[in-house]
Amino acid sequence: MGNIIEIKGLNKIFRSKENDVQALENIDLSIEEGSFVSIIGGSGCGKSTLLRIIGGLETEYEGEYLFDNAPVKGPSREKGFIFQDHRLLPWLTVEGNIRFSLPKDKKKDDELIRKNLELVGLTGFERSFPRQLSGGMAQRVAIARALANKPRILLLDEPFGALDAITRMNLQEQILKIWHEEKITMIIVTHDIDEAVYLGGTVVVMTPRPGRIKRIQKVDLGTPRRRTGTQFTIARDEIYKEFFSDAEIPIEYNI
Amino acid sequence: MKKGLSYWLIYLALPICILAVWEGFQIAGKLKPYTMPPPMTIVETTLDYIKNGKLWENIGISFIRVLKGFGAGLAAGFVIGILSALFPKFEAFTELVIQILRPIPPIAWIPLAILWFGIGEESKVFIIFLGAFFPIFLNTLEGVRNIDSRYFELAQVYEVPKPLLIWQIVIPGALPSIMTGIRLGVGNAWVCVVAAEMIGAVSGVGHMLSDGRSLSRPDIVILGMLIVGVVGKIMDDILRLINKKLITWI
Repeated sequence: MGNIIEIKGLNKIFRSKENDVQALENIDLSIEEGSFVSIIGGSGCGKSTLLRIIGGLETEYEGEYLFDNAPVKGPSREKGFIFQDHRLLPWLTVEGNIRFSLPKDKKKDDELIRKNLELVGLTGFERSFPRQLSGGMAQRVAIARALANKPRILLLDEPFGALDAITRMNLQEQILKIWHEEKITMIIVTHDIDEAVYLGGTVVVMTPRPGRIKRIQKVDLGTPRRRTGTQFTIARDEIYKEFFSDAEIPIEYNI
Repeated sequence: MKKGLSYWLIYLALPICILAVWEGFQIAGKLKPYTMPPPMTIVETTLDYIKNGKLWENIGISFIRVLKGFGAGLAAGFVIGILSALFPKFEAFTELVIQILRPIPPIAWIPLAILWFGIGEESKVFIIFLGAFFPIFLNTLEGVRNIDSRYFELAQVYEVPKPLLIWQIVIPGALPSIMTGIRLGVGNAWVCVVAAEMIGAVSGVGHMLSDGRSLSRPDIVILGMLIVGVVGKIMDDILRLINKKLITWI
């Protein structure tokens, strides 16, 4: 398959009265259609900014960015975006929130809503309000909402950052399952090395001030992927070394 | 607090004490009937007014005036508030006039209103309109402004058209604040109807007050005041109930 995303020589500068901050410097990145890419880096490395540019939420930058061989003018349904917060409208039910997001000719498609809620394992919660859901459930509704719009690509901006470890692992499994079944290109931004290695077939390592891509690393954990075992440990250590020198690696990572 | 027997005892203790002290002054012979009648006289006057139909007539007349003025104030405050919040140019266009008119108490408009509209219905409705408009306008404006901007970003991602955006994000998002404006507006509307009727009217609760004064009948004055208080409380209770039914998500 071809590349769905082509970024060449991209620079992003946040300008303000006091000073200019170079958020991204000379970014080159190609993403193949159907792949799962993790972007990892510490805070301030510009990883979220890069994802927002890919999603069309930021449209001011220098350099070239092509989505499906065409420049991007703004956000759209085909570039599904999962924010760190679930961003459900509190006054609409689960069903209402998904319906709200759908294009006009799909608004009455109850089957579409049902199918996508089933996909994230929330059958039976159609009439619930967001305040009645746990954080993990709400984030799953947000994923169902994005999927119901049949995106070409799903962009996840630290989507599980606010969740507890067990819930996070469950959602990681679910997102992998959806990726296998729906064959949507996915890009996840995270600061969790384990998450990046477990989910991404490719891990993009970024460093801050200015935000740059330091390394692009292929990861092969076999199928199905496993969180334990040698392949995972080796891949994780590779990424870990990008952030710390050998001497700094804490014991638990040195096994 | 749970609404058991002890709640109601505490709830009613103060009004009962006030009535007891009031009656005590009467028994001690300290009250003069032409300045302060005893509680029983108020009850008798109330029964008289119920019998001759004047009670409901006056409440009804004032209530309809409030409804008209408040309705107009709600419509104008809501529409101008939403437009001002959504279109900065529209806000800039109206801002100076609204800022200068806002500090003028609606009662200060009464002389002009009487010159313009006479002492008929229009002048009262106009004063009430002014009283209701400003709190509703200001709270609608604030309500829309305080909507989390992340919801608008979400709407961009899902290519939500403007009318749907207003209907499903702007209005529900601002609703809690709009309801606060409505409650303040209704309160103001009652203040305004009484004031307008006291100065120039031949009917209504405010007229009862000024009539009672010129007849040296403090019992009528007190009855009029109680009507304003009780009706005001009931309306606020109703609005609070509507608020609870309407805003279920907080």
